[in-house]
Amino acid sequence: MPIIKAEEATKDYDVIIVGSGAGGGQMAFTLTLAGIKCLMLEAGRAYDPVAETPMFQRNDQAPLLGSQTPDKQFFGFHDATIDGGWQMEAEPYTQASDKPEEQFWWWRARMLGGRTNHWGRISLRNGPYDFKPKTRDGVGLDWPIGYDDVEPYYTKVEQLIGVFGSNEGLENTPNSPDGVLQPPPKGRAGELLAQKHGKTLGIPIIPIHRAVLTQRLDADNLPAKLFPGNAWAQKIVGDAMRLRAACFWATPCGRGCSIGANYQSTTVHLPPALATGNLDIVANAHVREVLLGADGKATGVLFIDKLTGKDVRVKAKAVVLAASSGETVRIMLNSKSTLFPNGIANGTGLVGKNIMDTVGTSLQGQIPALENLPPYNEDGAGGSHFYAPWWLYKEAEKLGFPRGYHIEMGATRGMPGGGNPLPDDLGAGAYGSKYKQEARRYYGSFMGFACRGEMIPNDNCFVELDSTVKDKWGVPVLKWHWKWSEHEQRMCDHAEKTFKDLIGAMGGTVRSVTNGRNRIDPGGKIIHEVGGAIMGTSAKTSVCNGYNQTWDVKNLFLVDGTPFPSNADKNPTLTIMALSWRAGDYIVDQAKKGML
Amino acid sequence: MSHHSSHHSSHHSSHNYQEPEPAGGIVPAIARLPRRTVFKWFVAVAAALQLGDTQVFGAEPIPSVPPLIPPITAKGYGSDPQLNKFYTPGDAWPLTLSKAQRAAAIALADVILPADDLGPAASQVRVIDFVDEWVSAPYPGQLNDRAIILPGLDWLDAEATKRFGALFAALKPEQHKALCDDICFEAKAKEELKAGAKFFSKFRSLASAAYYATPDGWKAIGYVGNVPSLTYDGPPPEVLAKLGVVQTVK
Repeated sequence: MPIIKAEEATKDYDVIIVGSGAGGGQMAFTLTLAGIKCLMLEAGRAYDPVAETPMFQRNDQAPLLGSQTPDKQFFGFHDATIDGGWQMEAEPYTQASDKPEEQFWWWRARMLGGRTNHWGRISLRNGPYDFKPKTRDGVGLDWPIGYDDVEPYYTKVEQLIGVFGSNEGLENTPNSPDGVLQPPPKGRAGELLAQKHGKTLGIPIIPIHRAVLTQRLDADNLPAKLFPGNAWAQKIVGDAMRLRAACFWATPCGRGCSIGANYQSTTVHLPPALATGNLDIVANAHVREVLLGADGKATGVLFIDKLTGKDVRVKAKAVVLAASSGETVRIMLNSKSTLFPNGIANGTGLVGKNIMDTVGTSLQGQIPALENLPPYNEDGAGGSHFYAPWWLYKEAEKLGFPRGYHIEMGATRGMPGGGNPLPDDLGAGAYGSKYKQEARRYYGSFMGFACRGEMIPNDNCFVELDSTVKDKWGVPVLKWHWKWSEHEQRMCDHAEKTFKDLIGAMGGTVRSVTNGRNRIDPGGKIIHEVGGAIMGTSAKTSVCNGYNQTWDVKNLFLVDGTPFPSNADKNPTLTIMALSWRAGDYIVDQAKKGML
Repeated sequence: MSHHSSHHSSHHSSHNYQEPEPAGGIVPAIARLPRRTVFKWFVAVAAALQLGDTQVFGAEPIPSVPPLIPPITAKGYGSDPQLNKFYTPGDAWPLTLSKAQRAAAIALADVILPADDLGPAASQVRVIDFVDEWVSAPYPGQLNDRAIILPGLDWLDAEATKRFGALFAALKPEQHKALCDDICFEAKAKEELKAGAKFFSKFRSLASAAYYATPDGWKAIGYVGNVPSLTYDGPPPEVLAKLGVVQTVK
């Protein structure tokens, strides 16, 4: 992928985009195809999934059988993430509390495409309720926009990136327009069994929506729908779509995809954006601050070129931050000026407040019905095929917690190796041929169920700059404050009971040890951090407006998860992209009017 | 705790005691150390690890026996290793099991994962290379396992020598069985063999993690994926029938 050197970024750019993941990638796509000249800054190195993805590599072809290590902290060795994780030596962060339950795990990915290279590809639309949660139940914050504002952009993103799934018409679980979703893949054995027994418990287990191509994109017709009347954009987008293959039903999506069968910014957003000739990308650009002019507008960005250690200033008519919630907030807080002594666009002091993650807890069961199944290929679309959307909207009052969770599930005949397939208690001391028989018997009979729930923003979850600690490049780091509220704890109580019921209904036994109040995953563990510079209806109570534009600095936009005033159970990536596209259209409109 | 009653004291610096030379010509490092030293250290490490605290090594007064566990000085593969490359044990860092430890480990892995109608023996698919890579790695989790596996292998030879007068690798099948039956299930192991059983459990876990990562292991366990195909057909009819479910995605 063509990348320029820091010292070559001297053109007269219209827009600087900080970050190259879902938000930054989408923004670059939208703006460059509208003829706007962009400079993208990525803190990590350049990365090309076509050349670098480990497709088909077995665990016995990786160090430590592919297991997780401090160097590869998520799915293990073959995880697409490079130079990233919850802990990075060069870029520390601090915690306000010594208590583990009051600490936040902050994931960073320092590579072109960011987290989109390894994410789970789960692409769920927020529903109408999710934009007006406070109106419904009185807690948390409403969005200044509603589902109808975002719906056209959900559709456009789904058409561009390719999302499989089905339309089930369930409450607050929106259908996509006919013909937009790709066909969902067949259910696996465990998923079908869970679906059957879920029904008896009233839990609707249905095809999930994931950004994986189950067939090739319709490159002859989709571009005209996305860019009506713009033959130039249609050709570029069509050509990019033709470079993507359909899933060949092997290799986990978390490794990325060299054939472009799933969405990652580096195979979907950036190639067409670069093909316009309107995008320059500088990698290894560690952004320190947004520069402010005397007129109160952003004039550009100051970054440290990690290859030389030198400060570099780049200029543009507008600045878009899409560095991930934590990093965007950090850049804003570090952008101090006479006008904004507490950080750019932070007249309210709200920058860094209202940070949220997804509520996570999980339980594993062993299901005798799944033992000794005739071997068959369960790789499928490299991740889950089914899930259960939240199903108890009508019972919220009785539950003792106001918001919902969806259930993700893992079944089960995945690529072995790297772990012991036969737990000691089930093996009961088996060794020799007996061990091998028992390992085969139990293989594929374990199923995991995970709660992915909505956290309500609270005053105890925020970030600020640490007053003393700096990173390797001398930039002040974030200090995290974290505390789950009773809402989230009760949700986990409920989820755990649900999983026990589900495992029981499937005839199985619960495997994992439950641990009371500690069952909730640490903040940040789910890697869905959003909020920190929320959007709202007023400059007094929010940082940006419904177009992701900061109230205080008109040419500064935030298009990652930062503006989210709530964090629905639906995974945030699809909404980040929809809002980024929408904000991009707004920037194009503003530019035409000469407003930037 | 099992040890020679003739051994006179509990302190660890006494090197005047010499084990008899075991049969087979291989003299593991362990045999040159006072057995009580080895046992005490091994049991203490196992007990400490049971607490599940990764920091426990700093906190617990575990007797230090440096010759047993040479320190790892190699570096990890870093946060940006080449991913689409085939690695083989020894590529990322040097392997460190001694010749004697490898001999015991190869024999034990083959007892746990023998050749049979499900597939080849562990030694035929290089299981010990992976175990060696694992216990030679510079990461905290692996260093914890190293502290169980290395003294465990030494203990295995010492125990084999004590019971049968030969190193573990030189034992007959029924002798392997007699020893392994005593340590194969920690929950049922005798008190004095709990540490040995903890070692066995960890070793079995590592050996099978390696075995089932190989194509032969895939066959043995029934994994048939990692192959490209044009369509995904889901479970075949016999699987659906056995489960009593229907395919709901058309």
